[in-house]
Amino acid sequence: MATATLPPLTKKDFQTDQEVRWCPGCGDYAILSAVQSVFPELGIPKEKFVVISGIGCSSRFPYYMNTYGFHTIHGRAPAVATGLKLLRPDLEVWVATGDGDALSIGGNHTIHMLRRNVGLKVLLFNNKIYGLTKGQYSPTSEFGKKTKSTPFGSADRPFNPISLAIGSEATFVARSVDVFQSHLRDTLKQAAAHKGAAFVEILQNCNIFNDGAWFDLTEKDARSEHVIQLEHGKPLIYGKNRDKGIRLKGFDLELVQLGNGVSESDLLVHDAHHPRAAYAFLLAHMEHREGFPTPIGVLRASDVLPRYEDVANAQLASVIAKRGKGDLNELLRAGDTWEVK
Amino acid sequence: MSTLTGVGEPSSRDRKREVLDRAVIRFCGDSGDGMQITGNQFTNTVALYGNDLATFPDYPAEIRAPAGTLPGVSGFQLQFSSGQVFTAGDSVDALVAMNPAALKMNVADLRPNGILIVNADSFTDNDLRKAQCKTNPLEDHSLDAYRLFPVALEKLTRLALQELGLDSKTMDRCKNFFALGMCNWLYNRPMDSTFRWLDDKFKNKPLLSEANKLAMKAGYSYCEATEAFQISYEIPPAKLSPGTYRNLSGNQALAIGFVTAAQKAGLTLFQGSYPITPASDILHELSQYKNFGVMTFQAEDEIAAITSAIGASYAGALAITTTSGPGMALKTEAMGLAVAVELPLVICDIQRGGPSTGLPTKTEQADLLQALFGRNSEAPIPVIAASTPGDCFWVAVEACRIALKYMVPVIILSDGYLANGAEPWRIPELSEIPDFPVTFVTDPVGYKPYSRDPVTLARPWALPGTPGLEHRLGGLEKQDISGNINYEPLNHERMTHLRAAKVQAVAQEIPDVVPVGDPEGDLLIVAWGSTYGPITAALNAQRAAGKKIGHVHLRYLNPLPNNLGEVIGRYHRVLVPEMNMGQLLWVLRAKYLVDAIGYNKIQGRPFKQAEIEAKIEELLAQ
Repeated sequence: MATATLPPLTKKDFQTDQEVRWCPGCGDYAILSAVQSVFPELGIPKEKFVVISGIGCSSRFPYYMNTYGFHTIHGRAPAVATGLKLLRPDLEVWVATGDGDALSIGGNHTIHMLRRNVGLKVLLFNNKIYGLTKGQYSPTSEFGKKTKSTPFGSADRPFNPISLAIGSEATFVARSVDVFQSHLRDTLKQAAAHKGAAFVEILQNCNIFNDGAWFDLTEKDARSEHVIQLEHGKPLIYGKNRDKGIRLKGFDLELVQLGNGVSESDLLVHDAHHPRAAYAFLLAHMEHREGFPTPIGVLRASDVLPRYEDVANAQLASVIAKRGKGDLNELLRAGDTWEVK
Repeated sequence: MSTLTGVGEPSSRDRKREVLDRAVIRFCGDSGDGMQITGNQFTNTVALYGNDLATFPDYPAEIRAPAGTLPGVSGFQLQFSSGQVFTAGDSVDALVAMNPAALKMNVADLRPNGILIVNADSFTDNDLRKAQCKTNPLEDHSLDAYRLFPVALEKLTRLALQELGLDSKTMDRCKNFFALGMCNWLYNRPMDSTFRWLDDKFKNKPLLSEANKLAMKAGYSYCEATEAFQISYEIPPAKLSPGTYRNLSGNQALAIGFVTAAQKAGLTLFQGSYPITPASDILHELSQYKNFGVMTFQAEDEIAAITSAIGASYAGALAITTTSGPGMALKTEAMGLAVAVELPLVICDIQRGGPSTGLPTKTEQADLLQALFGRNSEAPIPVIAASTPGDCFWVAVEACRIALKYMVPVIILSDGYLANGAEPWRIPELSEIPDFPVTFVTDPVGYKPYSRDPVTLARPWALPGTPGLEHRLGGLEKQDISGNINYEPLNHERMTHLRAAKVQAVAQEIPDVVPVGDPEGDLLIVAWGSTYGPITAALNAQRAAGKKIGHVHLRYLNPLPNNLGEVIGRYHRVLVPEMNMGQLLWVLRAKYLVDAIGYNKIQGRPFKQAEIEAKIEELLAQ
C-alpha cells in the first residue's frame, strides 16, 4: 500500500507574510534566516513548532516565523514555555530572548528553567545593549560602558551568559555568532537534537546602538586569532596558522604556542559530554583572561538528565497507576461525612 | 483509670446536663501547643454529631514565636448549634487557655460567668514574666467574673502516660488532647472520630497514637471522676437540609471546586502557584490529586506562577493561579497579557491584611479595587467573590465556567477568614452541576484568531500542534479579526471596546439579585465576601425585632448584576459594611450615584454580629 508523503518543508514554509521590522543591517535578520533554514531540516511537522518570546528586539521573532508563536511579556518567556511544555511535552518549543530579557528582568526564570531541565531551546541574542528602548547598557555590557543611561560609564560588571547557564546546571550550552551562518546553523541543529534544556547564546550585532560590539571576534582577520571553535573530540587549537592551543595545567587552562616541543597531542581534547559542569565552566571563562580566545560551539551537551516535563508527567501516570483514576464523587465525599434526613 | 467507662460514648452521669441551642468554644495556647489540631478535632466531632457550625482559626504569622510569649499565641474558635450558624460567635462561652499569654490575649472575649479552663502547670514565675503578667491571674481575683478551672494539664497527662515509656517532652506534647478530652466530656461528645484521626495520622507511629488517645481519655475521665464540673451541656443536632454533609474549609472547597470544574469542562487542571499565606493550602490540596490528572507547578515566583498558567492555558488546560494580595500585585502585568491574548485563566486572591506584607495570617477584604482596576490601561476582568467556606466550591466552578465560555481571565476573591474557617457543607450530586465542555477549533478553513462568537464575543481557542492553524499571539495590540499586530488608532479603540463588551456580556447570565429580608423598606445592606455570616445573623435578629431591612450579598462584582441599581432604589438608605476603607462603597457610589453609607472594620478580624446590629440600630434611629 502506497503511503502518501507530504512534500518536504522548505525555508519558505517558515516565513510569514508579516513585514519584518528590525533595523536594516541588524544581526537578527541573519539569526532569523538561520532558524528558518534549520527548522525544515529537522523532520518535524510545522504545527509542532512553537516560538515563545519576551520583550525586546529579539522577541519580535515569533511574528516572523510561520509557526505557532507567543510574544509574551518582558522576561517571562521561559515561564510561559514551561507551562506549555508541562502540558504538551510533544511540542518543539523554542524561546527567543535577548540579554536584557533573559538575564536582567527575566534572570530568575532563565536560571530556574535551566535547573529544571525543561525541554526548551533557548536562543539568547546577545548584543550587549538595550536596543528597543534605544541604547541603555545591558547586563552583558562591558564595565564602564558609556550609554544614554550611563554617560560617565557603567559601574556594573557584566554577566557571561554561558557561565550563568552552566552555573545553573544547564545540560546543553553553546555559543555561536550571527554572521557565522554555517556555524550557527550547525549549532542550532545540535541544540534541536538535545532533549533537555538547550541554551544557545548568539553573539549579535546591533548596528544602531552598539555597532561593532563583536567586531573583535567577527572581522576577517580577528576571527581566527580571537575565536576558538570547540568541537567534541577535537583538540583546542586555533590561530590563523593553527599554531595556538589550550592545554590543562593542574586545575587551570594554559595558552600554548605549538612547536618547540609542544605538539597537538599535548592539547586539551574537548569533551562536550563531560559529566561535570566545572569543565565547561572553565572553558566559558577563558575569554576573561588576557590573551585567551573566546570559545564558540557546544561547551556542554550532557543529555543524561530527564526532562522536567517528563518527570512531572511520569509522576501523574504513576499516581494514577497506583491509586486508579480519580473518582470525583469520592473526592467530594472524602473524609468524615454524615447524613441529614 | 480503671473507672473509665464507655470510651467514645458519653457515659451516664448523675450530674446536671443542660440543653443549649448553641455554644462558642475557643482553644488558645502557644503556636506549638497544637491548638489548630485541637480545634479541628473538636469541630469534626460536633460536625459528625450533626450540629451546624462555623470556625475561626486565628494564628500568628510567626511559625514559633518564643514559647510562652504574647506574639506566639494561637487560637481556634468554634460556634456550634442546633439552629443555623452564620459566624464563629461574638463572645466565648468556654475558653481553654494553655498558658498565661494565651489567657491574657483571649480572656476579654469570654462572657461573664463563662467556663475558663487553664493549664495550671504553666503559671510559674517564668511563664508569668514571659506573658508580661505582674501578678498571677489565678490568684489576683482578676478572673472572678468567670467559672475558673485550673487543671494541672502537664502533671495529669504525664501521670496518664507514665507506663508508655515516653520522654517528658513527648508526653507534654499530648496535653492538648487531655484538654480536648475534657471538652468532649463537657459537651457530651464521643471521642471516636478523633481516635480514628489519630490512628490515621500516626499510622507509622502507633505509640504516639496511643499516647494521645490515652491523654484524651484521661481528660475525659478527669471530668467524670473529679466532679470539677457540676454541669455538662448538650447541643442537639441542627435541622440542616437533607443530604450528605462534610466539614470543609474555604481553601479545601476551592481545591475540589477546581477539580470538579476541570472534569465538567473535560480539561486537564493546571495550577501554577508560589507559596503564600493564606493561599498555600490550595496548592497543598491540589498537589495530592495527581490521580485526577491535576498538574501542579510550584513556580520560582508569583510571576512565573501566573505566566506558566498562561502557557498551560495556551496549551489547552484549565489553568489557575492562587495567591494573596502581595502576589496579586506581582501578577498584575501578566493578567494584562491574559486580557490581551484572550485566554481563559482563573486567578484566586485569598485576601489578607495589608498594605505590603501587612497581616499575613489575618483577614481583610481590601483587594477589591486591586482586582477590579489594578492593571495598566483598560484591562477589564470579571471578578466574583465567595461568601462562605462552602460557597468557595461553587465560586471555583463558576469562575472556571465563565473563563472558558468567554475566553477571559477571571478573578476569585476569597479571604483568610473563609480560607481557614470551616462549615458543614452539603455535598452536591454531580448531576447538580452542569457540564460545560469546551470546543477547540481544528478546521483551518476560515480560521481567524480574533474572530468572535456573536453572543459571548469569545475568540476561538486553537491549540499549538493543530495542523493549519499556526498563528501568533502576543501582548501587542491586535488587529480585529486577523490578530495581526496593529497600531491604528481606530482599531485600538475598537479592540478596547470589544474587550470591555466581552466582560460586560457575562452580565447577561448573572441572575437578578433578590434581597434577603424585606424587598423594600428603610435600609438595604449591600455587601460581598466573608461578611455574609455576621450580616445574615444581624439581619435575622433585627428583622425579628421588627426592622424593615433587606440584604443583597454580591457574588458578581464585575460585571454587577443588571438589576442592582433598581433594587438599591427601593430602600431609603443603603449600608455597605466592609473589612476595608469602603471599596464596594466607592464602586456603588460611582456607578449608581447613591448616597450609600460605609461601615468599615480594618482590624484583621471579621465583623461581630453585635457590631452590625449596632450600626443598623444607629442608622434606623436617625
